[in-house]
Amino acid sequence: MRRLVSAENKPIAIALGFILVILLIGTGYTLSTTGTAPLLSPNYLLQQLQIGAFLGICAAGIMMVILLGHIDLSIPWTLTAAAMTATAIGGDMAVPTALAVGVAVGLVNGIGVAWLRIPSMIFTLGVDTVLRGLMVAQTGGFAPQDTATPLMVFLAKERLLGIPAAIFVWAAVSLAIVVILTRTGFGRAIYATGSREAAAYLSGIHTRWVILGAFVVSGVCAAIAGILLAGYSAKAYQGMGNVYLLPAIAAVVLGGTHILGGRGRYIGTLIGVILIVLLNSVLSIMQMPEAGRQIIYGAVIIAMLLVYGRNQRVLS
Amino acid sequence: MTDVIIEYRGISKHFSGIRALEDVDFACSAGSIHGILGENGAGKSTLIKIMSGVLQPDAGEIRLEGRPVAFASPRAAGDTGIICMFQELSLIPDLTVADNLSISDPPRRLGLIDRRAQKARAEKLLARVRCEDVDPNALVRELSLSRRQMIEIAKALGRDPKVLILDEATSALTARDVQTVYDLLADLKSKGVASLFISHRMHEVDALCDTLSVFRNGRHIETFAKGEKNGREIVKLMIGRDVEAQFPPRPPARQQAQEDQPLLQVSGLTWEDRLNGIDLSVARGEIVGLGGLDGQGQKELLLALFGVLEHVGGEIAIAGQRGGPASPAAAKSGSTRMALVPEDRKTEGLMLGMSIADNLLAACQARISRGPFIDPQRARQAVADGIAKLQIKAGSPRDAVMTLSGGNQQKVVIAKWLMIDPDIILLNDPTRGIDVGTKQEIYRLMRDLADAGKAILFYSSDYAELIGCCDRVAVLYGGRVVSEQSGDGITEESLVAASLNIDPRAA
Amino acid sequence: MLAKSLTRWLQQNLGFAAAILLLVVLCLVYNILHPRGFSSAVAIQNSNEAVAIVFVAMAQTLPVLLGGLDLSVGAVMTLTNCIASELLHGSPAQILLGVVVTLLSGTAFGLMNGIIVVYGRIQPIIATLATGAIAIGLALLVRPKPGGDVDEDLSWALTNSVADFAETYGIADGGQAWWLSPFADIPVPVILVIVVAALVWIPFRRSVTGRTVYAIGSAEGSAYMSGLPINRAKIAAFTLGGFLAACGGLYLAIQTSSGNADIQQAGAYTLNSIAAVVLGGTSLLGGSGGAIGSLVGALILRVISFYFRILDIDPLLQPLIEGVVLLTAVSFGAFRTLRVKNKLDLFR
Repeated sequence: MRRLVSAENKPIAIALGFILVILLIGTGYTLSTTGTAPLLSPNYLLQQLQIGAFLGICAAGIMMVILLGHIDLSIPWTLTAAAMTATAIGGDMAVPTALAVGVAVGLVNGIGVAWLRIPSMIFTLGVDTVLRGLMVAQTGGFAPQDTATPLMVFLAKERLLGIPAAIFVWAAVSLAIVVILTRTGFGRAIYATGSREAAAYLSGIHTRWVILGAFVVSGVCAAIAGILLAGYSAKAYQGMGNVYLLPAIAAVVLGGTHILGGRGRYIGTLIGVILIVLLNSVLSIMQMPEAGRQIIYGAVIIAMLLVYGRNQRVLS
Repeated sequence: MTDVIIEYRGISKHFSGIRALEDVDFACSAGSIHGILGENGAGKSTLIKIMSGVLQPDAGEIRLEGRPVAFASPRAAGDTGIICMFQELSLIPDLTVADNLSISDPPRRLGLIDRRAQKARAEKLLARVRCEDVDPNALVRELSLSRRQMIEIAKALGRDPKVLILDEATSALTARDVQTVYDLLADLKSKGVASLFISHRMHEVDALCDTLSVFRNGRHIETFAKGEKNGREIVKLMIGRDVEAQFPPRPPARQQAQEDQPLLQVSGLTWEDRLNGIDLSVARGEIVGLGGLDGQGQKELLLALFGVLEHVGGEIAIAGQRGGPASPAAAKSGSTRMALVPEDRKTEGLMLGMSIADNLLAACQARISRGPFIDPQRARQAVADGIAKLQIKAGSPRDAVMTLSGGNQQKVVIAKWLMIDPDIILLNDPTRGIDVGTKQEIYRLMRDLADAGKAILFYSSDYAELIGCCDRVAVLYGGRVVSEQSGDGITEESLVAASLNIDPRAA
Repeated sequence: MLAKSLTRWLQQNLGFAAAILLLVVLCLVYNILHPRGFSSAVAIQNSNEAVAIVFVAMAQTLPVLLGGLDLSVGAVMTLTNCIASELLHGSPAQILLGVVVTLLSGTAFGLMNGIIVVYGRIQPIIATLATGAIAIGLALLVRPKPGGDVDEDLSWALTNSVADFAETYGIADGGQAWWLSPFADIPVPVILVIVVAALVWIPFRRSVTGRTVYAIGSAEGSAYMSGLPINRAKIAAFTLGGFLAACGGLYLAIQTSSGNADIQQAGAYTLNSIAAVVLGGTSLLGGSGGAIGSLVGALILRVISFYFRILDIDPLLQPLIEGVVLLTAVSFGAFRTLRVKNKLDLFR
């Protein structure tokens, strides 16, 4: 049993359990009220996952940074800036330019955190504010008139083989992150640096470049989410990224990644995202008012972390 | 030797299978200054931690003035008058000197800390330790190590101790401060306070204490009044007659090694106030030991060689090439590779939460990768080789490294570095806190590596290791090499004498 | 002697001193540039707008001193804002009760945060991320739509000058008393902030619990060795944070005569509070700084925004300039890195 569910997988197992409970409660509710079970219909689930892709891609990026024991608060406006740049540029260069925005933000964050050694909490917050300032100044504070390019719309809205294209993008990002984390020296160096930066440094790992790289990945992921979200809404708008930051952090932590770094698996983050997406959709099926949603949302996070904590104490 | 104030009976303490204290009986009388002697790892610091409530004993009984007591925390011990001055200072760096001096029970008015009274109290205490030059409103962070140590003493004094424990309280002090401490202890003695004095400096113990106790390997060996034994006899008691560790035979002194160009050559190395002109060389096939008391610059020397320190003065030459590495990453790559087994296994050597395999591969990513991708085949092979080579006893390479015993953890650190096939190996006290069996394996491994042409620089706080393992030993004192001994000329007496920077014939 | 202790204070509080200097310069220039500068009306309007963020920044200071972070301060402020908007009307006794209930609810929320962090052993940043959502949810329950009913006299009296306050409640001869005249033009919100700082923060800082908060942030191991009450101090810090956030929420309700359970606004307050804490010279690593610094930091953030009203700068540049100021300010911390001689020290 101990082998089967190792300490690292325990949060993942618990999160899976929570997903089942959520599905059961949601289905029970719909069966008793309308006699249907939309939560179990593949089409509905795919639709939810399509919306979940934006959150999932943000979470994938921020996970890299959290694994280092840092945090990236610049996600919201990196996402928005990428989306706005993409729609403003338009044409074939829209997507590459948006990605470049993500890279640039990641480089700035990485330099501030790794070289200047300013706490990531405050540095990325500052970068977020500057980005907001740039975007507000650029657009005049209004929703830009530009619209998303057909490619962006396709990626976000269309279906491929009956499956939303956004899910493919999410899957591709996930695959890339998994490969980075498990199969590259860079990925192992992220874990090592997050686990104990001094030990990693003394092992001859270029810890500064590792931090820089993780922030770049985070920036790029936020940019991809921005591209998709702009495609989904057909345009970019002020504050479009604001609702993704905290749920992304929550998803990563609920998936078992330690907020102080060094531990966590991508599959956990994936499950954390699905948990949050399903929780949201069950709550909206129940027509739960926003108040109840927020309370349940917070209570679930606390409850799950208390359960995780109990296990850790038993193990240690 | 009249009224016993505190008594310990049958105290034992184990850490994950390693014995730190075994069935220790120990007592201390009011109005005495009691010296505790023992080599590094003899169990002194564990005893002190139990006395001061930081650790709880696994077995045994503590009696204070005849009544049994148990201390759950440092606060509980302090409340009964057992005050400890820790080697690792217990001061809060961001608070002022006055705050720190009254930290446990500040003077209060209307429930709030009375800063004026606190300052007056601080001035009084500072005057008592003759540190009038220290501003009570200065932050502890701003003070030098020696001033901090005096503040720590003043803080302990301020709590009206019945039993005062001074753990290496004088290690950073100037001669004048040491004299102050002597006077203070004499004063406390006349007031009936029992002082326990732990120091590596024999002459201090000799000058100060009226009673001496010797510890060795977690056991209390003997207690006797000062003057009953001479220095030579005391050293013998500390070392013990039984030779614990078996060392692989030392090859005959190699004359040709001296003629070769040394692989590592250091001259006039300086850094801050810790290294003050170190000259040293290590040739291929040679194990050179670094001796001396803790904190004489050994650790800094190894870090400087490994590229961790900034603004290092003097010259480092590696395989005849001038200039040391700029970082550990540079040190481990290139044609002459260097490895460092750092001082603190848990925070500098290992990523404790990560798996054995991940730790083993942490330094050799480039060797097991194709382009950016790790080759799982090669990685698996490397891990299996490393585990086999050092006979690391582990369930699975995927287990967290913190599940291993101390000895096996240290093997992981060493195996990690052997993966890059280093030419120069720097070892910072690699056998500290690990079991005898593993120690012997490490000794054998070191000799094998040297025979394979590696140059090894080996700091140990255990004299027996230096004698048993090294071809040559350089003893450091105050950031300088004060003595260099080789071959059979390395003896415990000569090392101890050199560590204390005294002439061996005088001991 | 005085010069020496002043130098010492400057060395120890460099960040705080720099923040004060910056604030003074900003204020002076502002008032010179303002067509009606140095007038009571300008002071009243600006101080009204600064109070809420000042309190929230002070609230954030405590968890930061511990070496943690409280992501729920903005939400707790929003919650108490909504509670106050429901309760602050009726008879004077009812209003007073409303004030007490508002402050108690914030305090209780802080206490809950502290208990979760200490006994649940959850990292403060994550625990408060979750409790922040709960606070917003409760705020929405209390006030699903923006609005509220706040006693008009109270609102008027507390958001104007001392003289207006006295006039409203008919004390000191309706504000005409001779002894009141030196204070007559001082805005009431300024008095409120000073009173809370003097009656809550300063005593806390001088208590054993308060000192323990600093000790934990500076060196938790040494604090334990010195026998300090660690758990009590952590819980007290979060509780006091809750109280100060409630002060912010209460004032916001009085100032705007309404409550608004706005998630975006709560998030903005939280993030601005972190920025204010750092600008005020408190270290995010814990152990040094203080709520007065955060007060100054919050004022700096606010004064910068006031400039856009009087200067002919495009208000759209406001967030950009705020961000650049923040980044520049925190980048001064990087000088520490340049002085490090042992690279291992960077990782501690």
